[in-house]
Formats: sequence, C-alpha cells, structure tokens
Amino acid sequence: MLAGDRIIAGAIMVLSVYFMIHATALPIGWNGETGGPGGGAFPFWLSAVMLLCSSLILLRSFGASARASFFFDMSMLRPLLMVIAALFVTIALIPIAGAYIAIPLFLFWYLKIFGRHGWVLTLCLTLGTPVFLFFFFEATLKILLPKGFTEPLFFPLYAMFF
Amino acid sequence: MDVLALLADGFATSLSPINLMIVLLGVTAGLFIGAMPGLGSVNGVAIVLPLTFIVPPSSAIILLAAIYYGAMYGGAVSSILLGIPGASTAVATTFDGRPMAQQGKAGLALIAAAVASFIGGTISVILFTLFAAPLADLALKFGPAEEFALVLLAFTTFVGLGGDDKLKTVVMICLGLVLSTVGLDLISGQPRLIFGDIPGFYSGISFLVLAIGVYGIGEILYTIETSKTAPQVTPARITFKELGYGIKRMGRIWKTMTFGSVMGFFVGMLPAAGATPASLMAYGIAKQTSRSPETFGKGNIEGVAAPETANNAASTGSLLPMLTLGIPGSPTTALLLGGMVMWGLVPGPMLFIEQPDFVWGLISSLYTANFAAVAINIALIPLFVWALRMPFTVLCAIVMVLCIVGGFAPSQKMHDVWLIAGFGVAGYLLRKADYPLAPLVLALVLGPLMEKSFRQTLIAEQGNVLAFIERPLSGAFIAIAVLFFVLPFVRYLRKGSRRSIVTAE
Repeated sequence: MLAGDRIIAGAIMVLSVYFMIHATALPIGWNGETGGPGGGAFPFWLSAVMLLCSSLILLRSFGASARASFFFDMSMLRPLLMVIAALFVTIALIPIAGAYIAIPLFLFWYLKIFGRHGWVLTLCLTLGTPVFLFFFFEATLKILLPKGFTEPLFFPLYAMFF
Repeated sequence: MDVLALLADGFATSLSPINLMIVLLGVTAGLFIGAMPGLGSVNGVAIVLPLTFIVPPSSAIILLAAIYYGAMYGGAVSSILLGIPGASTAVATTFDGRPMAQQGKAGLALIAAAVASFIGGTISVILFTLFAAPLADLALKFGPAEEFALVLLAFTTFVGLGGDDKLKTVVMICLGLVLSTVGLDLISGQPRLIFGDIPGFYSGISFLVLAIGVYGIGEILYTIETSKTAPQVTPARITFKELGYGIKRMGRIWKTMTFGSVMGFFVGMLPAAGATPASLMAYGIAKQTSRSPETFGKGNIEGVAAPETANNAASTGSLLPMLTLGIPGSPTTALLLGGMVMWGLVPGPMLFIEQPDFVWGLISSLYTANFAAVAINIALIPLFVWALRMPFTVLCAIVMVLCIVGGFAPSQKMHDVWLIAGFGVAGYLLRKADYPLAPLVLALVLGPLMEKSFRQTLIAEQGNVLAFIERPLSGAFIAIAVLFFVLPFVRYLRKGSRRSIVTAE
C-alpha cells in the first residue's frame, strides 16, 4: 500500500511546517550578542530537516522502483478502530465520571464484549482492578486519581486511609 | 581505586533485604513480561516505570534493571514454546529453539537458553565492572563540547550502522529532538512550541509519555492487528535429570558461549546496534564456525545458546555508556536514564564520584539479578507454560489500563494521558510504515542535553563554531560522526553509478 506510505510522509511534512511556524515565536537566527543560536533555532531547523527528508520519502514513493513498506490486514481494521475508540472514550470519561467508573467500564467492554470472555474472568478483573488501583496509587503512593462526580463517594475512604 | 573494594561495598547495598527482595520481584516480573509475545524489556520498563514510585529512588532503578534483566531471559521462553519471539531480541532464538520444542525437547531448549543467558550475563557483568570506572574517569574530562559531539555520534550511528531506512531514521531523530524542545527554552526561559498556549506543554513532553504511548499503547495496537489466531503452546516439563544433562551439554560449547558474550557486550555498547543484531551475529558466527553447520535451524542446542548469550551480554553492554557517559545505547537504557533523572540521579561520570554507593549497588545488583534470573527462570517454567495460554485480549486490556493510570500518576495531568493515546496511535502507524522508533525515544531523552551542550559551548566560545573541532576529543567524535553520516550516501551513490553503468551496457 504505497498510499499508506504517502499519507504518513505527507502528514510528517504538514507536522514539520506546523512546528516551524510555532518555532518562529522565538529568534531562529544567530544571536550575535550572546553567541550561538536563538531559542527557536533548534526546533525550527530540525523541523526543516524533517520536512526535507519526508519530502524526499514522498518523492521516492513515486519512483519506478518504489516498494510499499506499509501493509495492513484489512480484516483487522474494525477491531483495531474499536479498541482505539474505546481507549479515547475511556480517557474522555475519566475527568467526568472518574477513573473508578471509566476503567471498569473499559475492562468490561474489552473482556466481555470485545474479547467474549466468561463472566467469572470478566467480573474478577473488572472489580479487582479498581481495588488494586485504589490501594496501590491512592492508599500507598498518595496519588489521587481523578474521580469526577463520584468524588463525594470517596470521602469515607479518604477518612480511613489518610 | 580498587574495583573489588568498591564492588564489595556495592554488595553491602544490593544484598540488603529490601534490595534483594526488589531484585527477586523485578526479575520475576521481567521474566513474565519478557515471556509474553510482543512485550519485551523496553515495553516492560516503560509500563512499570510509573509504578516504581512505591520504592526509594536507588531501589527503583535496581527494580527496573532487574526487570530489564529478567525480560532478556524471558524473551527466549515464547520463542521456544510459541515460536513467536517474546521480543525482537529473541528472534534468533526461534531458529533452533522452535525446532527443538517440536522434537519434544522444549525443556532442554529452555534450560539451554537459561544457562546461556546466565553465562552471557556473568561474563558481561564482569566486563562491565572492569570498564565502568576507567570509562567514567575518561568522561570526567568531558566539557559541553564533548558532550554535544558524543550525542551527535550516538545519533549518527543510527544512520550509519542501523539497518533501517536512512531517511526515515533522520526523520525520527529530528522529530524526537523537536519534541524535546517543547516547553521552556533552556537558555532564555521563554516558552516555545506550546501550540497556541496550551498550558500542558509548558512543562515539556516527558520521555515517559512518549515511551508509554509508543511502547505501551502502540505495541498493544500492533499486537491486536497481528494476533488473529491464538498460537499453539508447546508443553514443557523439566526433570532434574534433564537439567543435569542440559548443563553437561552446555559445557561442551563453552567456546561459542564465551565468544557470544564478549561480542555481545561490545556490540551492545553501540547505540544503533544492541541486543537484536548482537544475537543474530552470534547465531551466524556459531553456525559458520560449527563443525556441522547443516544441523543449525533443525534444533541444534548451540543455535539456542549463541544468541541467548549475546543478547544478555548486549543488554548489560548497553548499560555501560548510559551509566558512565550519560548516553544511552538502547531505548530501554534511555528509559532507565530518564527514570534516573526523574529521581534526581543524573547518570554520567559525576555519579561515580557523588553517589558511589548507588553506582556500585546497582552494578552488584546485576550480579544478584543474574543469579536470581537463572534460578527463577528454570524453577518457574511450568508457570510460564500456563501464563502463555493467557489470551491476548486479557493481556491487552490490563496493559491498556496500566498505561492510562501509569501515564497519569507521575504528573497527575489528563493532558499527559491524551498525549499517550495520541503517541500510541501515531507510534503504531509509524511502525507500520517502517519508521524506526528507537531513535525517536533516544532523541527525546537526549535532546535537552544536546541543545544545552551545543548552546553552552557557543556562548562560552563567543559563537565560535570551530570550538567543537578544535578540542581533540570532541573533534575526533565529530569526525567519526561525519563518517557514519556520509557512509550510507557514499554507498548509495556507488550503487547508483554501478546501476547506471549496467543499464548503459
């Protein structure tokens, strides 16, 4: 799939230009007073090299001897996109509903619906993981995970462990 | 200074009950992570790093080193039992390990892999002990100019010696360096590349975020795509008789193992090389020098021993430049370096002077980790056989959750979790298109050092660029770096001209 290679090379080119535009916020040239380049020079010129190389990669893919390095098993596209979507939904849900709702939901979806595992395994992991996370991060390390609107439910637990 | 005395002091640290327990825990965790197909030492260290806040910094790095060590042992397990390398470093182990398992000699192959890993580990740790102090002494003379030249050299080895596409390697190095400049400018303190004033970018992009994204989420996505059908686990049982027989057989191939260890150690020190090429080279050389090369690939025990000694030796070798020079030789050591910096232990020659207890404690813990790994590895073989039956979907779900929570814990910002998800998808796509990820992670870790040393030198020398070449050591480093960089182009042009002659004829 040469198209895949080209899209990725093109995306890197766009990204390089985007970096270059943002890098110009600081001087990108030689700073005569202190000696040495300005604060924007490193990101700017490195992005320029990146732009050059990705353009060459794109050009090369149109050559006669170009061979695709991007292969994709189309039958796996659906499960892959589903997992990515579930991941993003989970992360979006964490600040709203809290880690202790979002993560069990994710595990339940992954194990029961996506993975088609039995109830015993699903429930063990879905219910066991939040307990482990609470004791590892909150009780031991004193790192509070986001709880969103479930925060008040944790007040008694805080009182017990802090 | 007497190395033995320092090492003895180190053992006092590493043999303390807590550190001994940490080594055992780390090695066991590493063995399981390494044994899981797809997950190797770099994934293990990336995923576990945020969890190490639970122990004090000096123990945390011992824990990570033990995981690293265990994962190198564990890689062979899935190579032999599943025929799928547990990590790229164990690819060569499948060549003869898998045939042995199919002939019903899985137990013997696992013993061979464990013993060979032990030999490789032991020889390389001894070499490490001998080289560490002198190299650190040499590195003490380094100023910013030498530091810059050395980092440049590390990157150019990827271009000159790395097996990946040259243009794609350069793109990845630049991308990593640019991402490392996000945040506040080192010299002027002004914000840069904050992409329209997004507050999360002020503190820069942590190496951990990129590593968890690429090696955690990205790796899982890759596994999902490639794991259509569940692989077949070959049963393995180990008896004491077999263990004795295995060790006796190994005694006869000590030459192969010694050679593999020494070569692996030195190949591992090179930034672009590392454990995978070292193990492939050791396999190739063992086959060439063997009296019966035709038995290789059909279940020759030497074909298991050679790559396993080399990959373990190489993983120890890659720790050497990380600890003494502050320049990591592999993505895993780059993560260890990032972790050490996070805990306030800056690797490099000064560490040997300021924190000798820590340095020698770490080195001596490699000895204990090695002993622990070989014992646990052989003892837990039945457990590995059981664990390898775990379906991918369970493993993937757990790793994903660890990535989300582990990514949140160090900074406690959702911004970082979003970045991890983004890097995960991007890393997966880049890997699909054959962009090497190791230079990307290395560049992000080394970027600040590279820029700082470059600009410090120029400020000190009033903008005189020649300062880098005028100093003998940095001049030499830069000369080698230029050579590495030019080499592929010369090769390309020569090939091109030859081709044009052929077409002209």
